Amino acid sequence: MVRPMVDAPTTGSDEGAADAFLQGDRSLRHAPGPYFGSYGGRWMPESLIAALDELEDTFEKAKADPEFVAQIADLNKNYSGRPSLLTEAKRFAQHAGGVRVFLKREDLNHTGSHKINNVLGQALLAKRMGKTRVIAETGAGQHGVASATAAALLGLECVVYMGAEDTRRQALNVARMELLGATVIPVTSGSQTLKDAINEALRDWVANVGHTHYLLGTAAGAHPFPAMVRYFHEVIGEEARAQILDQAGRLPDAVCACIGGGSNAIGIFHGFLDDPSVKIYGFEAGGDGVDTGRHAATITLGKPGVLHGARSYLMQDDDGQTIESHSISAGLDYPGVGPEHSYLADIGRVTYEPITDSEAMDAFRLLCRTEGIIPAIESSHALAGAIKVGQRLAAEADAAGAGEAAGKASDKIVIVNLSGRGDKDVATAAEWFDLLDKNSAEAEIGKEGEQL
Amino acid sequence: MTGVQDITSTSKSAAAIDKARAEGRAALIGYLPAGYPDVEQTIAAGIALAENGADLIEIGIPYSDPVMDGQVIQAATTEALAKGFHVRQVFDVVRAITSKTDAAVLVMTYWNPVIRMGVDEFSRRLAEAGGAGLITPDLIPDEAAEWMAASDKYGLDRVFLVAPSSSPERMKRTVDASRGFVYAVSIMGVTGARESVSSAAEGVVAAAHAAGAERVCVGLGVSNAGQVREIAAYADGVIVGTALVAAIRDGGVDAVAALTKDLSTGLTREEA
Ligand SMILES: Cc1ncc(COP(=O)(O)O)c(C=O)c1O
Repeated sequence: MVRPMVDAPTTGSDEGAADAFLQGDRSLRHAPGPYFGSYGGRWMPESLIAALDELEDTFEKAKADPEFVAQIADLNKNYSGRPSLLTEAKRFAQHAGGVRVFLKREDLNHTGSHKINNVLGQALLAKRMGKTRVIAETGAGQHGVASATAAALLGLECVVYMGAEDTRRQALNVARMELLGATVIPVTSGSQTLKDAINEALRDWVANVGHTHYLLGTAAGAHPFPAMVRYFHEVIGEEARAQILDQAGRLPDAVCACIGGGSNAIGIFHGFLDDPSVKIYGFEAGGDGVDTGRHAATITLGKPGVLHGARSYLMQDDDGQTIESHSISAGLDYPGVGPEHSYLADIGRVTYEPITDSEAMDAFRLLCRTEGIIPAIESSHALAGAIKVGQRLAAEADAAGAGEAAGKASDKIVIVNLSGRGDKDVATAAEWFDLLDKNSAEAEIGKEGEQL
Repeated sequence: MTGVQDITSTSKSAAAIDKARAEGRAALIGYLPAGYPDVEQTIAAGIALAENGADLIEIGIPYSDPVMDGQVIQAATTEALAKGFHVRQVFDVVRAITSKTDAAVLVMTYWNPVIRMGVDEFSRRLAEAGGAGLITPDLIPDEAAEWMAASDKYGLDRVFLVAPSSSPERMKRTVDASRGFVYAVSIMGVTGARESVSSAAEGVVAAAHAAGAERVCVGLGVSNAGQVREIAAYADGVIVGTALVAAIRDGGVDAVAALTKDLSTGLTREEA
């Protein structure tokens, strides 16, 4: 059936939402969309509305179909390798105020990040809709590789749009996608980065919507994408919640994740949204620093606007033109953010803070050296944030003094969503830490761009 | 309700289309992006459009993320932005053209620049500049509450799009929400010249008429007089974009004048 055509809320009248939530008479979980407070919706060409309706309808039916739910569970277990581990990082934790730090190991999933959760779900939906072709956008290539993987597994044609700049900087990921049978199309329009890759994918979708599904890679875009992408990632938070109860015997004090479009974050946050004792933190890319203009701190510094189908915080100038973002991490280098995050920010349920490139890279190295885990640079933003959060929790515990009411720092628990592994980032990190021979080919490429 | 009726009867776009209809022909609507190659030439080309047979003029606001545009228009609007075009300059363009011609001048814009200025403020300034209304390629009636209110307040036309994929329910809702005319997208795709007009176009126009639309104009992919003639047989107006942008790019204002003159030869409906 066609979705009831509700009118958009015209004002952000959500002041009472956080209070209502804290008083326990309102759940923040499973928000269905299309609106999250005054955010979300469908700011899209009419030509695509029928496809969005079809997708929403297919998704709603699939969720209610035990066979689909079982199919997802089976792929998660036997293909992706879920549940992903929850690993206590004891040596790393010494640098985070001495609190306990647990890592949700999405880096151990097949293809190396959380992205696989979403692509398997959407590729199955594409098949249910009888579509034979999927298209995707990608920045660093992680979502493109995941999409190409799911397409290969399910026998779908796959085309990936990637900014021309990024195809050059991520030549190995382009090769990975091609090995998996996908076609990679370099996008030369606009700023030639992720946002332009999304524009080009949308243009393809309008023209080929009959047999093509747009496999959007993050919890942004027009309804039903934000709620649907979250649904496929909710498994992260569900597992983490059960694992921490099992391993530590209680809920964490804080949960941390990095924010690109916001899919890994909303996935883990969802498990804890209705636990008022759990503080939740999203870490945006602060790039060179939020006062330099070169960053991707959308919620911290953006203003509400519409881009790629949703109303949300947006990096834009006074004319409403999108501003290009900057981050050492290609996966966080996006001037928009998913609408549910804008809502959670406004009602105060989640705190969003920027992490600079150098803070992220320090955390990157720290995890390598203390735990023997090379994290994705995206995830390193969450690690850097967790260090700050851990230190604050420790300071609070100290301030509370010997009085045992507040507990000791070593009793505090922080969970970090380690959204991906850093294999793809080795060259960037080597350049950053000056590990490359000055005359090597990698050093040469590294000079040209922020991401190898 | 009566307020809305009053506005409908004073719709500038409707009046321009009705005038063409009274002359036994379809209306010609020409698109130009503001600030390409510069604001002065946009104004000169807009006037040339009106003087050579266009009944309505559509001035596009260059935008950073034009998802409904093909390469020719993308290249033009990207260049306009690179040269420093500002959204407020669109009002100068509209004012200059309306002060020199009788054509109805609409602004075509992606929605975020309007939100940024404020929907009410944008509408007020557009009306003040003599503009007829807005064509909104990425705004659907479902999200348009603020624009519905502002367009009523300032007497502006709201031209929403309908597509081959629009369901009967959506067709009805979009037609009901529109004022001036309904923009029928001829094809599932983005702007750009095409060899032939999609056969889907006639069906979309018929569906929009059946849903109650009095005026339906067809756009996307129309580039020559032959295609204009084909569409004029069943639609109330024909919209030409990419071909005009290519003309101003390659031959300046004179080329726009010449192409408009040629396109307008296709408007007259042949006797059945
Ligand atoms: C490892 C990793 N983490 C995080 C992100 C950011 O995306 P999101 O905010 O949707 O999780 C990406 C995107 O490419 C990624 O590859």
